[in-house]
Amino acid sequence: MIKRSFFKSKYLPYLLILPQMVVTLTFFYWPAIKGIIQSFLLSDPFGRKSTFVWFYNYRELFTDPLYLKSIFITCTFSIAVAAVSLSLGLFIASMANRALKATALIRTLLIWPYAVAPAISGIMWLFLLHPSYGVVALGIKNWMGIDWNPVLYGSDAMVMIVMASAWKQISYNFVFFMAGLQAVPKSLIEAAAIDGASPLKRFWFITFPLLSPTFFFLTVMNIIYSFFETFGIIHTVTQGGPGGSTNILVYKVYQDGFVGLNLGSSAAQSVVLMTLIIVITFLQFRFVEKKVQYGG
Amino acid sequence: MKLTKSFVFLIIALCLALPASVFAKPVTINWWHAMRSARGKIVETMIQEFNASQSEYKVVGTNKGNYDETMNAGVAAFRAKKQPHMLQVFEVGTQTMMMSGAVYPVYKLMEDAKIDVDWSRYLQAVLSYYMNADGNLMSMPFNSSTPIMYYNVDMFKKAGIAPLSKTKPITWDELGEITKKIVSANIASAGMVTAWQSWTQIENYSAIHNIPFASKANGYEGLDCELEINNPQVVNHITRLKSWADDNRFMYGGQKYQGPKSEFIAQNVAVYIDSISGIAKLKKTVKDFKWDAAPLPVEANTKKLQNSIIGGASIWVLKGHSDAEYKGVATFLKFLAGNKMQEFWHKETGYFPITIDAYESLKAKGYYDENPLQEVGINQLNRAIPTKISRGLRLGYFVQIRNIINEELEQVWNGKKSPQEAMDSAVKRSNVQLRTFEKTYE
Repeated sequence: MIKRSFFKSKYLPYLLILPQMVVTLTFFYWPAIKGIIQSFLLSDPFGRKSTFVWFYNYRELFTDPLYLKSIFITCTFSIAVAAVSLSLGLFIASMANRALKATALIRTLLIWPYAVAPAISGIMWLFLLHPSYGVVALGIKNWMGIDWNPVLYGSDAMVMIVMASAWKQISYNFVFFMAGLQAVPKSLIEAAAIDGASPLKRFWFITFPLLSPTFFFLTVMNIIYSFFETFGIIHTVTQGGPGGSTNILVYKVYQDGFVGLNLGSSAAQSVVLMTLIIVITFLQFRFVEKKVQYGG
Repeated sequence: MKLTKSFVFLIIALCLALPASVFAKPVTINWWHAMRSARGKIVETMIQEFNASQSEYKVVGTNKGNYDETMNAGVAAFRAKKQPHMLQVFEVGTQTMMMSGAVYPVYKLMEDAKIDVDWSRYLQAVLSYYMNADGNLMSMPFNSSTPIMYYNVDMFKKAGIAPLSKTKPITWDELGEITKKIVSANIASAGMVTAWQSWTQIENYSAIHNIPFASKANGYEGLDCELEINNPQVVNHITRLKSWADDNRFMYGGQKYQGPKSEFIAQNVAVYIDSISGIAKLKKTVKDFKWDAAPLPVEANTKKLQNSIIGGASIWVLKGHSDAEYKGVATFLKFLAGNKMQEFWHKETGYFPITIDAYESLKAKGYYDENPLQEVGINQLNRAIPTKISRGLRLGYFVQIRNIINEELEQVWNGKKSPQEAMDSAVKRSNVQLRTFEKTYE
């Protein structure tokens, strides 16, 4: 049975949602509209001169091969971060889900990295992997004989920021997977075990489908995370280098707008970024969600 | 009754009138700067000295973060009409500030405040960076530095190389020989490293050899300038560095100074090119080897060597305040340029003193005999009268252009592009930025 509330007054419901509307309008719609308007302008930072230029900023962006490359880099980066942090998060969660004596302690310890700010996480990984002063980097170079140099090679830099970004997100994924795993009925797994299904089969055919809502939710969250919140990591670790190979879209927005004071281009990039994330999320809901099995 | 009323009225009137006359409050002057930690304290000391030296004005200094953040704070404040009187802006923001229409040019401020300044007694290579095309000073230079070359004396000795002169630069070919000896004798794993590659290897290289960085006198004479760094000389220099990179005579240590500096301190390289502000940093951290400094290397066949160019920041005076307050700003800027403050600033931070008087006064006191390192940069900066090409760079979206140059150079170092391709691409991409900037101010 569905519960419904009825309001006697016509205006009361509107009054009740007013605070939320005000917050959304002032902190989301207003800046977003300002951004869209700014993307059609060329203006000097001090706000004394603004020219309406139609799609000039967009045209400049899409004729810049580096911008198209930046879109590609962003997609590669977020797929890599999501793949690494989802798979490791799930792996650790299924390990920790077993009856162990120190379960509570292990769980708490595994959640900790999530409390670390992205910039700090970036600095820590930099201290480990910087070719000049990184402790681990020296080991890689001296003992494994690999020419590890993220300051020079784009692919090494990409590996470094993917690790730093995924490391933080593993904890977040772990918490949700842990909750999801505990909601899987034991009886189903036991029944499958009696029927002779191997642990891998049990996981693949029973646990995983039942986890799919969690998995879907986390995929969306991880992609949004890698698009926006990894800013601090990029800023502290690579600043988009070397040769622009880790210059993801959100970092370029910052560099062109905040540091370079090209407000028009920066606004246009924000609009592209917003559109991109709306499209990705829409596609996920449209096509992936169909395969998700919510509890019956 | 009536008497009491008028008595009360009198009292109130007196109270209102008094603070303005007897207890005259000093006029507050706000200065937003980007100097933090040790330098922030030095700035604070200078402000306190000024406030103690007179009672008419009170300068309040506020740190607004690093250079980017300080400039952004200034921009946002100006838009909200709450701008400070003075704003410290890094050298790459010069063109944006000049075009903003938000500034009160320093030469005019001094004229209007009837403060007589003999600009010819300032270091010309410092002033010229902040002058407009007519040679008028737009902002007051504050912290200025220039790149020099540091080297590991112990390694040089081991390789049998004589110490370098502090005034006469060696040639790039000689540096090639030196680094070859060091690398082939396995004294260090690499020869040289450089910080701030765009500034040291392209901007300063061009200035010293009087090669235009951009058309229209490096942008001083028009927004319609174009970059010209794909010229044969610069491309040859980058090609040479790339060939050195291939046999370990050069190694790439990152865009800023942290990576290169740590390579030098860890004795992985023998030669390290960075700003003169590196002197203080190296003094503080290097304990286990001897090091020294020399001017930047030059090309062998140069007829006349030019000055190197500066980096750092200057103080801009923003519009929108009263004449009385501007009088205070002018007084403060004059005070900062005085010998006492300049000598203090130079000794404490290593940044240049901006006047010849302060430099000569320090010299007379024997400061440079005790600290010969500090004179290397000054000599290099003062070795010639700046030409139209060596006086500085005046480019819109210079931050983006430096980023582009960094990106393209990195692609040379990791072998993805040839030096010519990279410089052509840097020019092409930078020109797009310059055209957008030009269009903004049409």
